[in-house]
Amino acid sequence: MTRARLYLLLSLILLLLLSVFGERLIANQFAYYYDILITSGINVILAVSLNLVNGYTGQFSLGHAGFMAVGAYASGCWSNNLDPMLLSLIGGSTNPIASNLVFVLSMGVAGLLAAITGLLVGIPSLRLRGDYLAIVTLGFGEIIRTAILNLDFLGASRGLSVSGGYTNLFWTFGIAALCSYTVLGLVHSTYGRGFLTVRDDEVAAEAMGINTTKYKVIAFVVAAFFAGIAGALYAHFKAFITPEGFNFFRSVDVVVMVILGGMGSTTGVCLAAILLTILPELLRSLSHTSIVPPAYHGLLENRLILYSLLLILFMLTRPQGLFGSRLAVRKRAGTPSQSDG
Amino acid sequence: MDSLLQLNHCTIRFGGLTAVSDLCLEIGPGELVGLIGPNGAGKTTVFNLVTGVYQLTSGEVRFCNERLNGLKPYTITSRGIARTFQNIRLFSSLTVFDNVRAACNLHLKHGVRDALLRSKSFVVEEELIAKKTMELLQIFGLERFRETMCKSLSYGDQRRLEIVRALATNPKLLLLDEPAAGMNPVEKSSLMKLIDMIQERFQISVLLVEHDMRVVMGICRRICVLDYGLKIAEGPPEVIRQNPKVVEAYLGGDAQIRSSNA
Repeated sequence: MTRARLYLLLSLILLLLLSVFGERLIANQFAYYYDILITSGINVILAVSLNLVNGYTGQFSLGHAGFMAVGAYASGCWSNNLDPMLLSLIGGSTNPIASNLVFVLSMGVAGLLAAITGLLVGIPSLRLRGDYLAIVTLGFGEIIRTAILNLDFLGASRGLSVSGGYTNLFWTFGIAALCSYTVLGLVHSTYGRGFLTVRDDEVAAEAMGINTTKYKVIAFVVAAFFAGIAGALYAHFKAFITPEGFNFFRSVDVVVMVILGGMGSTTGVCLAAILLTILPELLRSLSHTSIVPPAYHGLLENRLILYSLLLILFMLTRPQGLFGSRLAVRKRAGTPSQSDG
Repeated sequence: MDSLLQLNHCTIRFGGLTAVSDLCLEIGPGELVGLIGPNGAGKTTVFNLVTGVYQLTSGEVRFCNERLNGLKPYTITSRGIARTFQNIRLFSSLTVFDNVRAACNLHLKHGVRDALLRSKSFVVEEELIAKKTMELLQIFGLERFRETMCKSLSYGDQRRLEIVRALATNPKLLLLDEPAAGMNPVEKSSLMKLIDMIQERFQISVLLVEHDMRVVMGICRRICVLDYGLKIAEGPPEVIRQNPKVVEAYLGGDAQIRSSNA
């Protein structure tokens, strides 16, 4: 067993223990923090998967919320319609193992459907480069949102209640760990070098026999798969989803996390996702504490302005992100055969 | 099959401009052919035609008796044509080692799943690639830079690395686009030795675009001269040097002769 797999297994076991013994306590006693915790886990999945496309493969996708929406609605629909039947087949709704199995199936459906959507969107659009790809993916995200707005069986603008509520710490952070493992595993492999060559120089990559479209589609589909699962987790956590939850700004949020974390650094992007989930809440809570003099509370009321200002300041002082490519590069150079297989 | 690469009446037009006009050229196995001509004569365009970057307006390109027209650049590379670039295009965020390893990707047999699960086929193939890469780097004396970022190599070494990277694709034909550009005389003469060595060791054909006459005349046994997209001469160096059309194309002549060429 490799070191990476060992870490993955260890973290999964720890999460399982935490989830089994601590979940109820955290969720009941610290509901507010529990909400932030789960949201940051979902954001980690979104950001790390998008980093495969925007960071490592150098494509600019602005449609991640679209894939998340596909996953959320697919999972919601599936669970609403099929879960009661499936649960009665395998042991009833009170059986924790049965309900978790049902959730895995629901997440799988969400991921697969999002991945298929990614394939369908990716094959034609990934022949485009840079700004053009950004606009096409942006358009795709809007099409998904508008389509859901007009589909009555998905609740249209009324939104969709999702039954189940299976999302817990284990699944959220377990999937986040699995997503990071997948992305890092791909990046430190033959395929990863393919992604990086596409980012560095497409013309040279093609001249070296690399089918750039194929590599872009692989990255895109893997990213879409995990965005779909993130959508499923989101749907089962919020128990109620609306098309507005997956608008353009949701995509931009994820892109900001990737850029802030440092394009092409999974560690950085993980941290940025957590940081950017916590920061707005932190700014909110600061205005209720005595650390900040009451005179400045007015300033904190406009926390979104402050948040934007902080982002600008951060980008001015660290344009390469939290863990910029400089560090990532040095790390790669230090351990070249990181194909620890 | 006597010729490896065959250009039959190749023409390419960009709007009103005929960049290459009715070009016929053959390269046999193991041959080293020079392609020269003044600036803008269409030499690099010929490279881009052969490698599929541009599509022909008319004519055909054959390689090992198969038509290459309309194929994608990466397919053409997998058939056995590799190239270097006039302005160096290495993968700047990769190390020297990874630059060469990445060029081995076109022959991959394992899939994404194997790579992700680190299955046996992945591990075995990755080891083979690493071994082949090390061998290539050793041949070209670049193994001590293996972990260096390629952009921090010296200019001459970057040029060499580009050649190594092209060779990693297992080509039968190597297209070198001005490999001596920007090199000093010492580097140039070592480059000439290097090209000789490559041909001998890897048993491949080379098509060389070069401005430097000393390099071209020194190593090529056959030279093709382009001017304004037209082939104006072809033959061994001694003949080319004496050819009045070539001298005129390079040094200028009266306008009448030029218009008869165009």
